[in-house]
Amino acid sequence: MLVQKRDIDYLRNQARLLRIEILKMLTEAGSGHTGGSLSAADIVTALYFYKLRHKPEDPFWIERDRFVLSKGHAAPLLYAVLAMSGYFDKALLKTLRKLGSPLQGHPSSKSLPGVEVSTGSLGQGLSMANGMAMGLRLSKLSSRVYCLLGDGELQEGQVWEAAMTAAHYKVDNLCAIIDLNGLQIDGPISQVKDIEPVQKKWQAFGWNTIEINGHDMAQIVDSLDRAEAFKGVPTVILARTIKGKGVSIFENKVKYHGVAPTKEELDIALKELSDGTGF
Amino acid sequence: MGQVSELKTEVKSFAGLEAATRDAYGEILYKLGLENPDIVVLDADLSSSTKTQKFAKAFPERFFNMGVSEQDMMATAAGLSLAGKIPFASTFAIFATGRAWEQIRQSIAYSGLNVKIVATHGGITVGEDGASHQAIEDIALMRVIPGMTVIVPADAYETELVIKEIVKYKGPVYVRLGRSKVKPVMPEDYRFSIGKAYAFSFGKDVNIVACGVLVREALIASRILKDKGIDAGVINLSTIKPLDEEILLRAAEASLVVTAEEHSVIGGLGGAVSEFLSSIKPKPLLRIGIRDTFGTSGSSSELMKYFGLTGEQIAEEIIQRLR
Repeated sequence: MLVQKRDIDYLRNQARLLRIEILKMLTEAGSGHTGGSLSAADIVTALYFYKLRHKPEDPFWIERDRFVLSKGHAAPLLYAVLAMSGYFDKALLKTLRKLGSPLQGHPSSKSLPGVEVSTGSLGQGLSMANGMAMGLRLSKLSSRVYCLLGDGELQEGQVWEAAMTAAHYKVDNLCAIIDLNGLQIDGPISQVKDIEPVQKKWQAFGWNTIEINGHDMAQIVDSLDRAEAFKGVPTVILARTIKGKGVSIFENKVKYHGVAPTKEELDIALKELSDGTGF
Repeated sequence: MGQVSELKTEVKSFAGLEAATRDAYGEILYKLGLENPDIVVLDADLSSSTKTQKFAKAFPERFFNMGVSEQDMMATAAGLSLAGKIPFASTFAIFATGRAWEQIRQSIAYSGLNVKIVATHGGITVGEDGASHQAIEDIALMRVIPGMTVIVPADAYETELVIKEIVKYKGPVYVRLGRSKVKPVMPEDYRFSIGKAYAFSFGKDVNIVACGVLVREALIASRILKDKGIDAGVINLSTIKPLDEEILLRAAEASLVVTAEEHSVIGGLGGAVSEFLSSIKPKPLLRIGIRDTFGTSGSSSELMKYFGLTGEQIAEEIIQRLR
């Protein structure tokens, strides 16, 4: 099992290294989703290097906590954190989106141990996470399930069906995290189809809500601990983030939702990430 | 535990009995629930109609009423299977396969998850509720998904055998059941296995390949045809995917192959048989079914006649075709 350190500086550095891996693999692939992988990088770092009870050397360990990437287009983020955790060799990251690679354009659980569920079609992950959590509870396992959703994804009706299910069945071994980066493919969410007031919506659906700055590592770690301690209803962490976070040329740019960096852009990004000016 | 063994005595076998396939499902599901603690059941506010209610009452902790949320139900079933359970997800066929098609594709089938989708109210024998509730496209919708097994039992007894068998199989399965009572057609010594069709007989002139309630109509048709000197065989092709190719090749030795189903003539049993035979052993083929139109309200027996699905009508159509 990974050593879980509540060491904010260590986690911040891991998030920096994670962003570097994400950008390198996206550039190599020549396509993929940059913005939403970077916006959730701090949250996912805290999960894999602090919160999740998991054994990369034994990906099917029955007592593990589960992570569901409902916003499956952030696949590079998942692959990079799995590689950094030791699920597979980092060299495999170069095969992203290539024919024959287990690193499919969107996560496929059948191809790659460590990927818990196949996602990519938005809106389905929270239902699957509920099912996993209810099944684990039925088996009397203390495992927890974490589900990361995008904010544009909240426009899918199934998310709200699942929100009702989790509250009705008091699925408190589940924690949803919304990456509220404010942008979707066609533009700002507030212009395409507004989802606010998002906290009131989740509260009305019967969830415990915690709103945080999704790039403040201390707040992330703290919210994950508070979510685990809260019993009786599911918790959702509403993480306010910046799309493309960590690299100035990608930040808050709608264009980089689904566009990979060029080699030149990668050079700029790596420079910013190595000297820390992107933070 | 005393209560459980008391309930156990209520379980009956449906061999030789006239009953709706959904009634047989409810009974066998309950019986399997007693034997296998991993079985969990989900329903979308139709448990009294799909007959999952008996399981629900006996095992409330293993039953999840998802409310009127079919998409959520299918993906939740996927999650339960990932946690090691054997989920049965039930609702009406049109809502299971139509409303939640992409959830079945993405959340269940793409990962090859062990989810059993058992839908009732397939076809036009739903009756009075009309077109909105009559699935005539479900076989096509499920058959096209890679790795999906598709089964349509002919009577209550076959339903019992099918449900027992799919618990042993690991992978996604779609089972289509009906609303109305059906007379027994399968012999008491019949044993079901996935992908294996059952030939009542092979005919020299024509073979009728049928599924569901049309198996009985095909048997009636074959008797009428025999009286008119036409040698007609009948095959119950209850597994539509994977196809029993061997039996179809044998059926194609007759001059004419007929398919019969209470489903659109596009993409269902008729589609599957046509696709296979046209590429291996091209043969004149008559597809009996719903002819690219929606269902309508009426009693199930009226609708069978309205859509030309009775044994007498099938026989007549075959005679016309052979003339």
